[in-house]
Amino acid sequence: MGTEFVQFSLTPILIGIFSAIACALPGNFLILRRQAMISDAISHVVLPGIVVAFLLTGVIATIPMLLGAAGAAVVAVILIEAIKRLGNIEPGAAMGVVFTSMFAAGVLVLEQTDTSNVHIDVQHALMGNLESLIWFRAEGWQSLLDPAKLASLPDELARMAIVCAMIFAAMLVFWRWLKIATFDEGFAQALGIPASAIGFGLVIAAAIAAVAAFDAVGSIVVIAMFICPPAAARLMTNRLEHQVIWSIIFATASAIFGYVFAGYGPMWFSARNAVSAAGMMATVSGVFLVLTCLFGPHRSRVGMKAQDDAV
Amino acid sequence: MTPFIDALLLQAGYNAALVAIGAGLLGFAAGASGTFMFLRKRALVSDAVAHATLPGVGLAFIIMVALGGDGRNLAGLLLGSAVSAWLGVLIIEWVVRRTRLAEDAAIGAVLGVFFGIGIVLLTVIQTMSAGRQAGLESFLLGSTAGMLFQDAVVIAIGGSLAVFVTWLLRRPMTLVAFDSDYAAAMGYDVRRVDLLIMGLVLAITVTGLKLVGLVLIVAMLIIPPVAARFWTERASRVIWISGAIGGASAYIGAALSASAAGLPTGPIIVLTAAAIFVISMLFAPVRGVLAAVIRHRRFQARVHRRQGLLALAAAHPIREGYTLRLLAREGLVRPDGEPTESGRAQAAKIARDERRWDIAREVHQDAGLTGRYDGLTPIEEVFTADEIGEFDRRLGPPTPVGAV
Repeated sequence: MGTEFVQFSLTPILIGIFSAIACALPGNFLILRRQAMISDAISHVVLPGIVVAFLLTGVIATIPMLLGAAGAAVVAVILIEAIKRLGNIEPGAAMGVVFTSMFAAGVLVLEQTDTSNVHIDVQHALMGNLESLIWFRAEGWQSLLDPAKLASLPDELARMAIVCAMIFAAMLVFWRWLKIATFDEGFAQALGIPASAIGFGLVIAAAIAAVAAFDAVGSIVVIAMFICPPAAARLMTNRLEHQVIWSIIFATASAIFGYVFAGYGPMWFSARNAVSAAGMMATVSGVFLVLTCLFGPHRSRVGMKAQDDAV
Repeated sequence: MTPFIDALLLQAGYNAALVAIGAGLLGFAAGASGTFMFLRKRALVSDAVAHATLPGVGLAFIIMVALGGDGRNLAGLLLGSAVSAWLGVLIIEWVVRRTRLAEDAAIGAVLGVFFGIGIVLLTVIQTMSAGRQAGLESFLLGSTAGMLFQDAVVIAIGGSLAVFVTWLLRRPMTLVAFDSDYAAAMGYDVRRVDLLIMGLVLAITVTGLKLVGLVLIVAMLIIPPVAARFWTERASRVIWISGAIGGASAYIGAALSASAAGLPTGPIIVLTAAAIFVISMLFAPVRGVLAAVIRHRRFQARVHRRQGLLALAAAHPIREGYTLRLLAREGLVRPDGEPTESGRAQAAKIARDERRWDIAREVHQDAGLTGRYDGLTPIEEVFTADEIGEFDRRLGPPTPVGAV
C-alpha cells in the first residue's frame, strides 16, 4: 500500500467514487419519479454528441466533447418530450425511438469520418477506461502534499470532483423543492414551486453527471451507477434523507470494491491481468442491489409482507 | 441513384441481395414481435434484454474454449446469449413482483449490471487467448455486411417462428397488454403471457444480434411498432403494419448501404426506420400531427363562425379579425362588417336554434339529449322535426335580426 498504490490505484478509485456518487444523487430522484430509464437514454446519446463535437472542432479535447455530449443530452430530452406530447406516445417508447436513432446517427457519422487514427471509438465510449487514469508522477503518500506533483494529477479527477460537488450543492439548495415535487407534483404546483422546471433541472443534472462520468467508466456502466445504488438504498429505508445517504454509501462501496476486485481479484485466482474496473463496479453495485432485494428491511410494498406470510 | 435502384431490385450482387433479404425478414419479424412489448408499455425491456445478452456471449466463449472447442461457434454463443438474456428477463420480473422497486428501475438495473458483467468477461477473454476473441466485439455493433447464406436461413426460420407465435397468441397478448386485470379475471395467466411477450423479443434479439448488434436490434424492436401505432387503432393491424414498416426499413436500409461505400448497414436501417417514424408521426391520418392540426383549425373555424353569426343576430359589432375574414369569405358579411342577406338569414337561424335549445332544456328533462348541446351540433341532429316544430310553437313566430 505504498508508492504503487498511490500511483496506479488512488486516482482511479477516487474518480470511480466521485462518478458513482455524482450519478447516484440524481438517480435517487429519478427512481422515485419513475424516470430511471432517462439515464439509459442520456448515456446512449453521449456517443453522437462526442462525434459531432469532434467533427465541429476537429480536436479531441475535453471541453468540446463534454459540451457536445451535454448538448446531445438536451436535444434528446427535448425530442423525447416532443414525441411524447405530439404523438401521444408513452415515455419508454419515446425514449427508445430517440436514443436508438441518435445512437445510429452517431455510429454512422463516426464511420463516415476518418476517426480511426484518433482516440474515439465506440468501445471506448461504451466501456470507459478507468485503469488508464493513473497519477504517474506520484512517489508515495507524501506526494499529496507536493504542489508540483499534485499538478500532474489526471484532469478527470478534478473535473469529476467538481461535478460531484456541484450536484451535491444543487441537491442541498433545492432539497425541499425537489422532495415535494418528486412526491406530489400537484401539491408542489399549488405551493408555487416550479415543478416542471425542477423536473427538467433534475434531468440536466443527470446529463451533466453522465457526461462527466462516461469518460472514466463508460456510458453503459453509468446506467448501473444511476440506478443500482439508489434502488438498493430505497429498499433500506423509508426516509428520503436516509435513502440519499445509503445511496452514497452503496455508490462508494461499489466503486472501491469494484476497483479492488478488478485490479487484484484476478491475482487471487493466479491470473496475471486485471479485468475492466468499470464493468466490475457495475457488477458489485448489482450484487448490493440483489442483497437488498433479498434482505433489505423495506424491500416489500406496503401490505405485501402480510400477504406473503399468509401464503 | 442507379446503384441504389440496383440494390433495391437485388441486382447489386449476391451478397448485397442476401443482406437485403435477410435484413428484410429480420425487420419484419422484429417489428411484428416487438408490437406487444410496446402495447404493454414496456418497450425498454427490449433494451435490457439486448444488453443482457453480452455476459452470455462472453461466458459461452470462455466455456467453449475451456472445453477445448472453438470459442467462436455461433450456435454456442447464441445459446449463451439466450440463457443470460432470459435470466435478465426473469430477474426483472422477480424484482418487480417481490420488491417495491418500480419496473423502470428493475429494467435499468438489469441493463447496466449485465452489461457491466459482460464487459468484465470480455476483458477476461482478451487476456486469456489474445486475437481469437476478435469476433465478439461485433456483437456490440453488428456486422451485417458479412452475412452468410446460413445466417439468412437462421433468420428466416427464427423470424417466421416468432411471427407465427405472435399471430397464434395475439388474443391473450392483446388482452394482457390492454387490461391485465381483465385478462386475469378471464382466466389467463398474466405472468406467463408477459414472459411469452418477453420471450418473443428475446428470440428476435438473439437471432439478430450477430447482424445488427445489440444496440441497434433494440431500435428494430421499438421503432416500427411506435410508427405503426399512428396508422391504426386496432391491435391486430398494428402487428402487420409494424412488421411491414420493420421489413421495409430493413430492406431499404440494406439497399441504401449497399449502394455506396462507408454506409454501415445497421445504422442506416435504424435511420430509415426513424425516417418512417417521423413521416408516420407527422402525416398519419387521425393520429398524426398534421391531422390533429387540421382538426384543430376546422374546430376553430366552426367556433368562430358560430360566434360571429350570434353577434350578427344580436347586432353586436364583430372586432375579431379572423371571424370577419371567415364570414366575409362565405359571403355572410361585407368587408365593412355589415351582414349580407344570406348572413342575416344564417344568423337568424342560429339565434333561433339557440332559443330552441332553451325550450328543449325546459321540455326535456332527459340530459342524454339536452346534454349534447355544445353550441356546434345542429339541433336537427338531436331532435326530430316534430319535436323542433313543438319548440317553434312555444317560441312563437320568427323575428327578424336586430328586432329583439
